[in-house]
Amino acid sequence: MKTRILGFVALGAVVAATAAALFVVPPDQNQGDAQRIMYPHVASAWLAYLSFGVTAISGIGWLWKRDLRFDAVAVAGAEIGVMFTAFAIWGGMMWGRPIWGVYWQWEDPRLTTTALLLALYVGYLLFRRLTDDPERRATRAAIVGIVAAVDIPIVHFSVEWWRGLHQTATIGSPERVLDPAAPGVFIGTLLGMLGAFTLAWVYLMIRRYQLARAEVAREEAVRIARLMAARATGPAAEVAR
Amino acid sequence: MSDAGFVIAAYAVIIGGLGLYTVALWRRLRSIQGPDDEAR
Repeated sequence: MKTRILGFVALGAVVAATAAALFVVPPDQNQGDAQRIMYPHVASAWLAYLSFGVTAISGIGWLWKRDLRFDAVAVAGAEIGVMFTAFAIWGGMMWGRPIWGVYWQWEDPRLTTTALLLALYVGYLLFRRLTDDPERRATRAAIVGIVAAVDIPIVHFSVEWWRGLHQTATIGSPERVLDPAAPGVFIGTLLGMLGAFTLAWVYLMIRRYQLARAEVAREEAVRIARLMAARATGPAAEVAR
Repeated sequence: MSDAGFVIAAYAVIIGGLGLYTVALWRRLRSIQGPDDEAR
């Protein structure tokens, strides 16, 4: 019941943040209405980092404790992270065309490393399907999830390390937190969208975790049923001979 | 396409996608757990 309440709160927050971003915030002096795309774009990118970070830490948790609940958290983070990465890329493309003049540029390090991040975790999700054994799957996935997480800081700092189209952090770097490179109303709306998306993220993580646990329980039930069936048919086959 | 068109396209996919994923997840959970368990 608490999770359901959280879901409704998250829904209300996302609706309110979207309404504020679309109808309350004034157009930017230089970017016009296109700057409204920044709010869900940036929030999606931050949640993608968080999701994949959770996947990597949960992978370490599995390798250390051998508790399948860590693996359930890991797969939840990966699937939801893939979704938010796709949202961040889509929002960036929709903003890039009117502001940069292009949807995409492969030479840009932020764009290319983000595309790589998406590919890595889509691969992670596909890799999980290679085996039905929950423990073997969790171990292999943990290693892939940890290795893939190396790309997270590369994506984040790519705008500082290399030149490209993508601008540097507006509030993400330590020296910009108290002196952001945008007016307060834009920063407030961005933080509102980030809070709303984070609530939705928590709700989705809980639900996806529950689904992962239920799937493992069903796999276990099927395995036990097969074992019982094999044992039941074993002696019968002996008698028949 | 105008700026408004890009804004609409961005929000439609992101907010719509978030909603669709939530509904899909809820349905997957409901099909595997049953309606009573999912209500928690």
